[in-house]
Formats: sequence, C-alpha cells, structure tokens
Amino acid sequence: MTTPSETDPVLEVEDLFVSFQGRVGLGAGLAGKKGTTAKAVDGVDLELRRGEVLALAGESGCGKTTLARTIMGLERPQQGEIRFEGEPLGKSSKILREYRRRVQIVFQDPTAALNPRQTIYESVAEGLRIHGITSQDGLPEEKLVARALARSGLRPPERFFLVYPHELSGGQRQRVVIAGALVLEPEIIVADEPVSSLDASVRGEILKLLLGLRDDFGIAMLVVTHDLGLAWTIADRVAVMYLGRIVEIGPTEEVLTKPLHPYTKALLEVVPEAGGLSRPVLSGEPPDPTRIPEGCRFHPRCPEVVSGAAASAGVEGRCRGEDLGLIELTPEHLAACHLAAARRRDVVPSTMT
Amino acid sequence: MSVLSVRDLEVTYRTQAGPIPAVRGVSLDIATGEVLGLAGESGCGKSSIVNAILRLVPPGTTVTGEVLLNGENVLTMKPGRLRAVRWTQASVVFQGAMHALNPVQRIGDQLAEAIVIHGQSRQREALVRAGELLDQVGLPPRRLRDYPHELSGGQKQRVMIAMALACSPSLIIADEPTTALDVMVQAQVLSLLNELQHELGLAMLFITHDLSVLVEISGRLAIMYAGKIVEQGPSVSVFEKPAHPYTEALAAAFPAIGDQRFRKAPSGLGGDPPQPDAVPTGCSFHPRCPYAFDACASTVPDLYASGEGRRSACLLVPKGELIAR
Amino acid sequence: MRPPEALGRYDVEAPPGVEPTPPPEVPRSPRAIAWTRRRMSAKRVWATYRKNRLGMIGLGALVFFIAVAVFAPLIASKDGLDPTCTCTGVPLQPPSLHFPFGTDNFGRSVFTLTVWGSRPSLIVGLFATLISVAIGAVIGIFAGYFGGKSEAVLMRLTDWFLVIPFLPLAIVLASILGPSLFVIIVVIGVTSWPSTARIVRAQSLTVKTRPYVERARALGAGHWHLTSRHILPNVGPLIFANTVLLIAIAILSETTLSFLGLGDPLTTSWGTTLSAAFGSGAASAGQWWWLLPPGLAIVFVVLAFTLCGFALDEILNPRLRER
Repeated sequence: MTTPSETDPVLEVEDLFVSFQGRVGLGAGLAGKKGTTAKAVDGVDLELRRGEVLALAGESGCGKTTLARTIMGLERPQQGEIRFEGEPLGKSSKILREYRRRVQIVFQDPTAALNPRQTIYESVAEGLRIHGITSQDGLPEEKLVARALARSGLRPPERFFLVYPHELSGGQRQRVVIAGALVLEPEIIVADEPVSSLDASVRGEILKLLLGLRDDFGIAMLVVTHDLGLAWTIADRVAVMYLGRIVEIGPTEEVLTKPLHPYTKALLEVVPEAGGLSRPVLSGEPPDPTRIPEGCRFHPRCPEVVSGAAASAGVEGRCRGEDLGLIELTPEHLAACHLAAARRRDVVPSTMT
Repeated sequence: MSVLSVRDLEVTYRTQAGPIPAVRGVSLDIATGEVLGLAGESGCGKSSIVNAILRLVPPGTTVTGEVLLNGENVLTMKPGRLRAVRWTQASVVFQGAMHALNPVQRIGDQLAEAIVIHGQSRQREALVRAGELLDQVGLPPRRLRDYPHELSGGQKQRVMIAMALACSPSLIIADEPTTALDVMVQAQVLSLLNELQHELGLAMLFITHDLSVLVEISGRLAIMYAGKIVEQGPSVSVFEKPAHPYTEALAAAFPAIGDQRFRKAPSGLGGDPPQPDAVPTGCSFHPRCPYAFDACASTVPDLYASGEGRRSACLLVPKGELIAR
Repeated sequence: MRPPEALGRYDVEAPPGVEPTPPPEVPRSPRAIAWTRRRMSAKRVWATYRKNRLGMIGLGALVFFIAVAVFAPLIASKDGLDPTCTCTGVPLQPPSLHFPFGTDNFGRSVFTLTVWGSRPSLIVGLFATLISVAIGAVIGIFAGYFGGKSEAVLMRLTDWFLVIPFLPLAIVLASILGPSLFVIIVVIGVTSWPSTARIVRAQSLTVKTRPYVERARALGAGHWHLTSRHILPNVGPLIFANTVLLIAIAILSETTLSFLGLGDPLTTSWGTTLSAAFGSGAASAGQWWWLLPPGLAIVFVVLAFTLCGFALDEILNPRLRER
C-alpha cells in the first residue's frame, strides 16, 4: 500500500468556481453599486488519487486555501462539481455524510484548532460523537480515541486524556489535531499548512508522521503550502496555483526541477539557498483576485513577456488576449502557458495531445 | 572596526514564578559593513538580545555583561545619552513591524516623527528627508500621504526599513523582518536590505529562524539554543557542514529542492525547544540530541574551536569527532 | 531511498508537566472522563480565585449576607416586623442594649428590619438577573452564531431595549400592574438584558470563526452541536462573570424602586425601610440609626457582588487571561 494506485481517483474537482462578494454601504447599495467580486477559485479541475500526496502550492491570494475549504464543505462554490469516489457530492445527503467522515482536515495553527475548554480526549472524540459512532471494529469510544492518539505518536495515549491543549507543546498539539482526523479512519486528509506554525526543528517529525500515515494506511493527502521545500520533501505531485487557477501540475520531481510555467520558474528562483542572493524576477505585489487580467492571467508579470521571449516565439498576442487552461506537455506534466505549449509543438510537432 | 561588541550578555526576566534566564552568556562581534546572522527557534533568547542591546527590556530585568556600540557601553549609559544613541547609532526593524504603524497617522508623518524626535531636523525638512527615505526603499514619494492600511504587507515592511534608516545609524538590527511575507515579497525585501547594506556601509544583525535566508544574506552566522550560542562561523560553511547536532537538525528543515536526499525523507527532532525556565542540565541540547553520550548530561560545553573561524559548543568537538552529515 | 519508518518508532513522551498530576486511576468511560474534567476544572478555578485577595473579601461578605438572609428566623424573630407586635419598643429610639440598631417610627427593631430586609433584596436581585441573563445570552448567541439578517434584526431590538429609560418604565408598569415584587423583577429583567446580549454576541462571533468550530462544521456538526458544545462553553465563563456584576446592579435597582414607593409596601426590604425613614423625615430629625443599617447593608452587598464579579472576570474573561 505504499504506491498510489493507477485506478480511479478518490476525489475529483471539476470546473470549480468560488467567489466572494465585497460589501457595499447602504447608500451605495441603494444607488445600484455592486461590491467588488473576488474570484478566489476561478476554474479548477483537479483529481486526487488514492494514497497519493498532492501539494497545492502558491502564494497568498492564489486561492489554494479557498479551494481546500470548498473541498471540505466550508465554502459553497458558485459553480462546479466535487466527486468523491465517483459520486457527485450534491446528489444525496447520505453521500455528503459519508464524505464528511472520510475526508478530514488538519488546520494550520494547532493552538486555534483545539477548543481550549475541551480536554484532548474530547477533542479527538468529537468526530466520533458528531457521526454517532459509539463503537467500531468492536472497540468502544475510549479505545478508538486511544488508538488514534497512539497512531499519531502520542504514547501512552491514556496519559493525554485529561490534558488541556495549553499544557502541550506545538508539535504535540498538531499530533492531537491529526489524531482527531485519524479517529474516523479517513480516506483523505486535507492539511492546510500543517507545519508552518511549528518550530523548524519539530517540523520534520510531523511530516514524517504524515508520510507514515500514507504508507501505513493508504490515506491520500492534499497538502496546502506556500513552501516548495515542503512539497519537495513529501509530495508525489505538485499543483502550482496563481490567481485562482492551477497553472502547472505534475510529478514533484519534474515540476520542481524542470518547471514549464514561468510562474513556477520564478517561485523556484527565489527559494533561498546557499550561493548568493537571488534576484527576484517578478516585480510588484501578489495580484488582486478582484481584478484578474485579460488573456493569460500571469501575462502582466510574466518574465517571458517582459523580456520579449514570448514575442519572438510569436505567442505574445495570445498571452495578452487568450485565456487558457492546463495543457498536457509531457505525460502527466501539465502547464497553462502559451509559450511552453508553442515550444513543445516545435520540439514534438506530431504528438500534440 | 567593531560596530557592535557583545561580551557575556546575560538577560534574566523577573516574573511571578521567579527569575527566568532568557540569555545565558552570549558574546558576538559585528564589524562595519558586515552582516551577522542569528538563527534560533522560539524560546532561544534571540529577541531578548535585541531588546537588551538597546536597553528596551522591561523594568526589573537583570542585564549583565557588556554591550559596546561603537565603543560605548550601552548598559552603563546615562538615560540621556541612551536616548540620543537609540536610533541614531543603532535601530531596529522589529518582528511584526508592519503592525507597529499607527493606523491613524500618515506614513510621512510617522517617518518624520522619528527624525524630529532625535532633534535632527524640524518637521518640514524631516518630511523632505522622509521622501528621500521612501525613495531609498523603493517606494514612490507620493506614498508619504498614504495611511498604513493603503499599503500592502511588503510595502509596510519597506516603510519600517525606511524608518530604521531615518537617523542614519551604523547598525541595523532586523528581527524576523521577512517572516510574515510571501516568498516573492521576501526576496524583494531581502534584496533591498542587501542593496542598502552595501550602499550605506551598514552593519546588520539579522535574526530569523529560517537558516536558508541567513545563508543568502549574511557572511557569518551564529546559532542559538536555550539562551546560548551553540555554533558560529561563516554562513555557507556552517550550513553545509554543521559542527553541532542542533545546526544539523535545523539545516535539515530547509531542504534544497532538487537534492534527492531530501525526497520523501523528512527528518526532525523529537521533543521541543526548551522553555527558558526549564533548561536541561549539562549540554542543554542533550535530551534531543541523536549523538548524545553520557558526559552530555552533566558537562556544560564551551564554544570550542571547530575549524577555520568556526566554533561549536558540542562535546564531540574536543573528542575530535566532528559529526558528519 | 530510505524506507519510511514504521509507526512504532514514533514514540513521543508525555508532556513533562503531566507526570505528577493525573489521577491515579485514569477513568475509562467517556462519562467518567467528562466528570473528572469538570471536577479538575472547578478545582483549578477555585485555586486561582483564592489567590485574589479582593475576590476573597467579596466572597466572604457574600457568604455572610446570604447566611443572614437564609438564617433570618434564627437571628431575629419575624414577629418583629409586625408593628402591632408586643415585642416593639419605644418608637424612634437610638441603639440600646435591647435594640442594637434602635427602633423605627412603629417601635420595631431596626435590627430585625435589616436582617429580614435582606431576603427580598437578594431574591429580587437573583431572579431578575437570571431572567435578564437568560434572555440576553440566548439572543446574543443566536445573533452572533447565525449572523446575517437575524443578527441585524436582533441587534436593533437590543438597541431599542437598551434605550428604554428604566424609571419611567417601572412607574408605568407599577401603575398598570400594581406595585409588587413581581413587577420589580420583571422591570429589571426586561431592561438589563441588552448589555449581556451585546457582550455575548461579540464573544460568539469571535468563537464562531475559530478553527475548532470550523473543523466541527467540516465534520458535519449541526447547529445544536456547535452552539452547545463549542460556543456556549466558551461564552459561558464570560456570562457567569457578567451575571455576578448584574446581580449587584439588580439589587441596587430594586432598592431604588422600593425607595421610590414602586415596590410592595407590605414587604420589608432595605429599600422600603429607607423609604419609610425618609418619608418620616428621619434625615432631618437626626435619626441616623434608622438610615444607616439598611443603607450600609446595601452598599456592602453590592460591593461584595462587585468584588466577586471583578475577580471572576479576571479569571474567566478570555481577553484578560494570559494563555
């Protein structure tokens, strides 16, 4: 159970659109003014395969957190479908209920993710109680909680039952949050920046735990992160998001060592490493989801456009005017870039997929 | 010429639960135009060092040792001299500095305030200088009239840097200046700091938990753990060939993308960084150290010489066994 | 590539502080766990409270007054309230051996009046506050949790009640329904819930957006589960601290209303005693023994509740606590 299977994906997202309406004052509203709409997720197709670790990477404002929250049911999409094991979620409330048990979320800040007035036992048992599960596999509630805590590496589990979150360290709290997710034996865990608020020396242990859960229990993971190094460490595939769209997706080693999209290249360029200061290639601030550019949404900042490379390849017009989705450039490796597609065509003219 | 020279600095806070030693004997030197990096996680005492250098510690805190700023000992300065020295010789870009801006005052006025307080100019000239400062940090002067909420995170951080430069200090202390920023903006701010540092010949003390950032921006670095320095030396050399188990663990948390050794192989330390009031005996790192042996629990290591310009507070060094990566 | 390590290697020690404190027998069932938690929590609150000197003084005074109210029959005979009782003495006499607080215009012992007067004041204070807090908490949680239109409507309603002037309402109601203890309880209850509602709503809003509530939502929890298991426990302590302070205000309000004659003239409370005293011109006649005991009693009781309320607020208010 250590390699992702090639069979059907366990989670599919199709054509998803999620936007937020800005607020308007009473007077302006009566005058007919509408608030600005922030398009957090602007057309995303994604699939998560059984037992795989998929990293969703990007800067703040790219929509990765909104996408994760919509998958968890915390936000409602304006358009699009989410399918769990082939079944669309909207179809019946029974499916939705099953989904809520088998897809769990691990939040960024373990301190805020635990109710300070509840003991560890109650926080972990909450999932069982909401779903009305009093026993499973012949084990009563307290044994299930103990098992989940032990699997998260907190041993002996009984010692933690009556402890409060503030009595634990950051790493231990995150383990409790993970135990709370594990207790329902999920198929998928959605982790939003699982280690960014932890001390650096502790992160490795939590990442080891997450990988171990995948290896031992076949749990698929969607890891939202801004840290490409984290993706390098644990992800099978990486999806890079920009302004509400996935602009590149593929196996981690390919995307992070042979990036095809200029945005991915720029991100990799600024990852700090030994050997001198990297010159940031992109100017300006991360862009605004309320004002998405025409054509390729990256074109105003794209180094290829700015340097003229796009023009000499003849695609600049398309970059400025033609919006595009992901194009498969090598098997499994997709990018939403006119230039990359053009170059691919030149290299391999007859195998355009 | 040493801009900052700290000798045996000890900072002990006074709390209801008793005295808490946050810094337990730290010595460092920064020469003109040099960037020294200080790395460490929560509870290691790095922010306490920042506060101690400019005597910004809460009343009742015991600070012993020597802090020589351009030759003068800050710890024994009279209050008047201290106030004159603060910001004109050494200034700070604080952690979460973006929230240190007054939301109801325009940027220009806040910058000018720093200048006027130090009696360097009057309001009108101060505003002109504020415009120059904004220009130096890459913001258009028309931003002087903006309020903080009209700026983005990265822009606010630039304003804080401008404020730190306001009185032309010889030393800038940057405490986690890029931690809350996106990678792209972080790169811009780091690039800016680097440029300014070279242009103005500033000395800089750069404090962060992110080792990879330090390797980029600082020539030398020091690693702190539980109130003490456990390793120091040239940045690249320390990062690539650590001579202390903690440095090794910290460096492993910042993998090099493209390096196959890090693929699917996360490594970390069990346990947590110790709280200042519960520091282990002997070598403070020994409970979490994968190389610990019996002497580690009882012997407090010194900073032993461990190579060219390098020091490490690990008992393995005098034994002649430098840890291998 | 290194093979992934088996879970058995992830041995994490129990947190250092936990060793000496857990109960010798870790309870095995969920119910036992929940009860043990409540006991431990109460013990902890008490231990912190004890350190607060002003709070302890307030608590001591409170216990004293409640004891006086409860054990009134043992302290002073109820017959003493009856003006026609043979136990009455010479009217308007200063304190003496037989009558420690002197006598009123009917010759009744002011001591008896004061002791028995504690009952209506405390009862009204308690019940009026309970009504007020119940209304305020429900509205506050509803508004904060559901948000949107319901919140807007409820908050406007709250504001409306907030500005109703206390005294005119009391006078109007008293004239319609006739003066009685019940009217006072209703008036106080109806006019003081808005402050609770606002505090509770603000706190509910804060709690609602916390990740642990979102996680429960993601798990599929319904409204009842979220409000009762997450919002209420986190809002509860704030409500409790607020309640104690409200009782103090309620007692003061009752005293005011009784003093103005809107209370039941046949009930002896501190307010009615003061009202009778002033009405008979005790102040100008220098009959201080008639005014001082009930007056001081009110001051001390209100002070006691206030001190306790502040101490509790410091312990239970999440904003004031250092966590």
